Amino acid sequence: MGVSALAFYLFAVTTLVSAFLVVVARNPVHSVLWLILAFLSSAGLFVLLGAEFLAMLQIIVYVGAVAVLFLFVVMMLDVDFSALKAGMARNLPLGLLIGLVLLMQMGALFAHWQVADGAPALRQAPMPEGVQNTEALGELIYTRYILLFQISGLILLVAMVGAIVLTLRHREGIKRQDVLAQMYRDPAKALELKDVKPGQGL
Amino acid sequence: MIGLEHYLMLAGALFVIGVFGIFLNRKNVIVILMSIELMLLSVNINLVAFSAALGDMVGQVFALFIMTVAAAEAAIGLAILVCFFRTRGSIEVEDINVMKG
Repeated sequence: MGVSALAFYLFAVTTLVSAFLVVVARNPVHSVLWLILAFLSSAGLFVLLGAEFLAMLQIIVYVGAVAVLFLFVVMMLDVDFSALKAGMARNLPLGLLIGLVLLMQMGALFAHWQVADGAPALRQAPMPEGVQNTEALGELIYTRYILLFQISGLILLVAMVGAIVLTLRHREGIKRQDVLAQMYRDPAKALELKDVKPGQGL
Repeated sequence: MIGLEHYLMLAGALFVIGVFGIFLNRKNVIVILMSIELMLLSVNINLVAFSAALGDMVGQVFALFIMTVAAAEAAIGLAILVCFFRTRGSIEVEDINVMKG
């Protein structure tokens, strides 16, 4: 068994075990941490498949952004998570049944599956020889898939605006700085000079 | 070198774990969102495995776009969750019946 096979089994077992622990963990914070481990080990799988750019993107986007977002929300919401686990035993048989059926269907599919003869001729963008993965991907998404690339950027923009609009709220009864009121403040109205005579006071 | 079938079986098992998680955590929306992320990850593994096996770059381009959409979906989903928690004080899926759907 070569090093790559050993690495594959290491990453695959880590991914599966941590994914399972995401699902069954009692504490959602632990779920998020197991999710991070699953993403990291699947990034290792991407490296083994020769997709280095996607592996790095997986670490940056999922571990750096999505998992932290999950962690942030889990810790920000004051939820009694033990109450949410109450129906777990009731849902277990149905979940196991559907999972088993799905797994058997996929197994049946894998058993009778083969690559068509004409598949290599139908490739849309064959991997160029002697070009690194990142470069090849860049040449593809900045030329042929530029429109899709722009649209995905637009999707991210819409998601950002939507998330801000959904979570932003103006609470009443809180003292805030009013910049316009500060700027329009007039010294003539705010200040009054009085001539105080000695020994008399105001 | 590990064959394509190993990656496909891994992705299939990961997908089934995601589906199982949705059924198991019927009340907790956060874990349901995490299960959806796991399912999207398994689809990405499938696409990259086929891309590597066939020598076609398009699979990786698709995986890139799926990653983008997954990030946007997580952001919007969690924003809706925070919004819902503020109004109802709970994140149970069974409480989300304002629209009587």
